[in-house]
Amino acid sequence: MLELDAESLYSQLRQGVRGLLADGTRPDAALVGIWSGGAWLAERLQRDLGLPGGDTGYGVISSTLHRDDFSSRGLVIQDGKGTDPTQLPFAIEGRHIVLVDDVLHTGRTIRAVVNELYDFGRPASVTLAVLVDRGGRELPIAAAFAAAKLALPAGQRLRLARADDGRFSFTVKGSD
Amino acid sequence: MLMRRNPQLNAHGELIHLLSIEGLPRAVLTQILDTAGTFLSVNDRDVKKVPLLRGKSVFNLFFENSTRTRTTFEIAAKRLSADVINLDIARSSTAKGESLLDTIANLSAMHADMFIVRHAESGAPYLIAQHVAPHVHVINAGDGRHAHPTQGLLDMYTIRHYKRDFTQLTVAIVGDIVHSRVARSDIHALTTLGVPEIRAVGPKTLVPGDLAGMGVRVCHDMAEGIRGADVIIMLRLQNERMSGAMLPSAGEFFKSYGLTPEKLALAKSDAIVMHPGPINRGVEIDSAVADGAHSVILPQVTFGIAVRMAVMSTIAGNQA
Repeated sequence: MLELDAESLYSQLRQGVRGLLADGTRPDAALVGIWSGGAWLAERLQRDLGLPGGDTGYGVISSTLHRDDFSSRGLVIQDGKGTDPTQLPFAIEGRHIVLVDDVLHTGRTIRAVVNELYDFGRPASVTLAVLVDRGGRELPIAAAFAAAKLALPAGQRLRLARADDGRFSFTVKGSD
Repeated sequence: MLMRRNPQLNAHGELIHLLSIEGLPRAVLTQILDTAGTFLSVNDRDVKKVPLLRGKSVFNLFFENSTRTRTTFEIAAKRLSADVINLDIARSSTAKGESLLDTIANLSAMHADMFIVRHAESGAPYLIAQHVAPHVHVINAGDGRHAHPTQGLLDMYTIRHYKRDFTQLTVAIVGDIVHSRVARSDIHALTTLGVPEIRAVGPKTLVPGDLAGMGVRVCHDMAEGIRGADVIIMLRLQNERMSGAMLPSAGEFFKSYGLTPEKLALAKSDAIVMHPGPINRGVEIDSAVADGAHSVILPQVTFGIAVRMAVMSTIAGNQA
């Protein structure tokens, strides 16, 4: 059974993102978390790193409207509250964007999310940071930082969960 | 006993056509309203377009005129990246004697993926839905006196937007209910969503007797009908559908059932006033009300685009 300590991986991600923001190539970069796991990460990174804009200075983005499996899966609305999960409280045009997600797998979600981002403007650059890169890429997409790299069987699903006290954990579902 | 399946739903209970709100479960209605909430903000983006229906052909088949409804469907389809073909049926082959199903067969041969149908005959969209290929979807944009489900859904979206919870509301529908497919769709939707009090308000000639059987309180007195209401839905007086003397005169109607600021004062202080449009000022609604603080008539139009995007993308994503 696979054991992943999400909290210790988060600490590494925090260091990694701090490095990406400080390396001088992305002045005034903004964090954008991919709904839903990545949004939790962005929320906590924003706070822990004390980034400009305060606790609400990060963005959230959803892949729903740009998914490539619409014709087979139909429309899957990701939250039941009747609002758009994509919330970008700053202009995308000309901005350096650091995308944050929990798990990088086929790369299809990242493709959809980059398209979604462009509906709001043309960013100066887009960089990806993830907790876990599980391999299995189906598109030419790579993370600039991954706290862990491992190979999981295609049938297994790895998902980030957040407890009421804000602590992260990973759940693994499905056959190997 | 074998239950006949609702022709709008597939074997998994997913929506594949939208023909009527009648018989649709609450979960399906709520899902469309939630989806519409997601689409509402697309209209505020730099790029007001998402690719869900890219490469699909949507045919607007309006056998009866309606500039507004046709336009909002066209905008909704275009914001989903579909190709939209508007057919001016009144001036085309139907006028030359082609049957409805022959028209559909020909358009299907042009690889239509979705038909938006408005027709003066109740049931025409059902007939079309029964005869299209499994991958083709049909939306009823108003059939006779029967149903106008997307208007019903956008009315529900509007009510939910301003009032949040359906289960505490009193909703008054006022005016020409006998000719109104909007009223029928609204009543079915309000009932399904759990509204405890629905009132149908109007003169005996325009408020049909079978409404009490739909769980609606019939009021022939305007004051009684709108007293304490949270939501007032005014209907257009449909002179073009009236035959004979159903009404003394438009002026007489306004005196009894027109919504004026004085009558509106009988409703709750935070009541909203809705109207499916086009409005007849001074016939069913006073200008001071139509343009007043309680009016949400123009937001209804905006919400209508998001709701139609939600309906199209929901049915297009489900397989027969």
